[in-house]
Amino acid sequence: MKYVIIGNSTAAVACVEGIRSTDSFGQITIISSEKYHTYSRPLISYLLQGKTDMERMKYRGNDFYEKNKCSCLFERTAAKINPEEKTVTLSNGGTVPYDKLLVATGSKPFVPPMKGLENVKNKFNFMSLDNALDLEKKLKKSSRVLIIGAGLIGLKCAEGISGKCKSITVVDLADKVMPSVLDERSSEMVKDHIEKQGINFILSDSVAEFNGSRAVLKSGTETEFDIVVLAVGVKPNTELIAECGGKVNKGIVTDFTGLTSIEDVYAAGDCTESYDITSNSNKILALLPNAYLQGETAGINMAGGSKTFENAVPLNSIGFFGLHIATAGSYEGESYVTSTSNSYKRLITRDNRLVGFILVGDVAKAGIYTSMIREQMPLDSLDFQSIRENPSMIAMNEGYRRLKLSAIKQ
Amino acid sequence: MKKVYVNEKWCLGCHLCEYNCAFANSGLNDMAKLKNKVIFPKIRVEENDKICFAVNCRHCDDPICVKSCIAGALSKSKDGVVEIDTDKCVGCFTCVLVCPFGCVLPGEDGVMSKCELCTNNSFGSPACVKGCPNNAIVFEER
Repeated sequence: MKYVIIGNSTAAVACVEGIRSTDSFGQITIISSEKYHTYSRPLISYLLQGKTDMERMKYRGNDFYEKNKCSCLFERTAAKINPEEKTVTLSNGGTVPYDKLLVATGSKPFVPPMKGLENVKNKFNFMSLDNALDLEKKLKKSSRVLIIGAGLIGLKCAEGISGKCKSITVVDLADKVMPSVLDERSSEMVKDHIEKQGINFILSDSVAEFNGSRAVLKSGTETEFDIVVLAVGVKPNTELIAECGGKVNKGIVTDFTGLTSIEDVYAAGDCTESYDITSNSNKILALLPNAYLQGETAGINMAGGSKTFENAVPLNSIGFFGLHIATAGSYEGESYVTSTSNSYKRLITRDNRLVGFILVGDVAKAGIYTSMIREQMPLDSLDFQSIRENPSMIAMNEGYRRLKLSAIKQ
Repeated sequence: MKKVYVNEKWCLGCHLCEYNCAFANSGLNDMAKLKNKVIFPKIRVEENDKICFAVNCRHCDDPICVKSCIAGALSKSKDGVVEIDTDKCVGCFTCVLVCPFGCVLPGEDGVMSKCELCTNNSFGSPACVKGCPNNAIVFEER
């Protein structure tokens, strides 16, 4: 059996692990446009911060490919999938035959048109190790950095370079930070906390024009910069599937086994969309845990095993300068809110289920809430009054506790 | 594999398991040296006015924390122990966000800490079990 994986990040690694849990012998080929051993993409900000290094940020050990009998084509890009011949054409002209193929091509930066951007010399994306290393090379103590986008990528970048440059200004069109995952109150808390570290925000505004080292904003405000980081958003790399006739909506469409609409071609990770059980809709869940679960599922099925991943949930765990944030699910429903000066909790329930939450400050045991969402536990099967104050096992019913903590089936 | 199981009917709520855990993982030669120190046990007692029991890592067969770890710092050993490489952990708390039992906790040094069944310290077998005065925690195959 010949397995081919396009991509070398989380979903790809998970696919290898999924294949090898089922088939120890098949031949695995990994096609990676980057030159690096598989690394943890979300760790690039921690690298700049000095909390990790190139060795420690490897997503799997140095023996990963050898142990799993993978041959890697580094710095090779897949240009085309030929489903009829069951081959992948590489951009340098070579072809790689497959019996089962995984597309784990991730996403790319979304950059809206901004006048004069083409003339900005020091501009960077912040998605890959090379992006981070290039930014680090240009960054000086005297640099004034302008970050476009106050989402996860932009803010993590700000934290990563904080203290290494003269100033950091973050501009976002939205009126709050992390608008896609935080509500007003939590967003305000996070913004206040980051501002205290000397990072400036300009919200409800966007760049109208870059002019030399000056950015003119729509509101008329002008801000000087030496370096621009573009972190507006991401979009999935769906072209390979779209161009060979596969089904693509916002992301590549797969079934719960990871199979695309093309025979023997699977897809996983940020290039795909998932069915979010908390909003009952297809969404792009560009999150590492989701990529792993999809990739592993695809791998097992590619190798002839049988597995489905049917309970995808949006999840974010992120911290800035010591303030931790955990969010999950959908915010449509009835809210239960408690807050103190340095913590915030909002739980969202709908139809006797917990469907989402936002926690800032105190995120201890948040996984108990997440599991209530994933397992769609009926709230009347547990002590919700108690668990909404503190996530705990003691609030679960006795049968669940005995099963989970004592492995006793009733 | 052998795992730590609790019998909530026998738990006295004495919290000794928490101290035995903290001591086993402290590298200290005398438990008394933990006095007046904030401890970071990997097993925690939960209690209300009716029941109490200790909870620690379940070493799940299909560990969601391992699969979710953004740094590749969590792994399952060939013996089934869910282990953490604290050198690789960056303290992102994703494992805290996904563990269904609340059993991955921040440790002393800002990175995560979790029960490794005392395979990573000089005790070799779970100190919480050995020290439980009422055998409410056991280490066995089920």
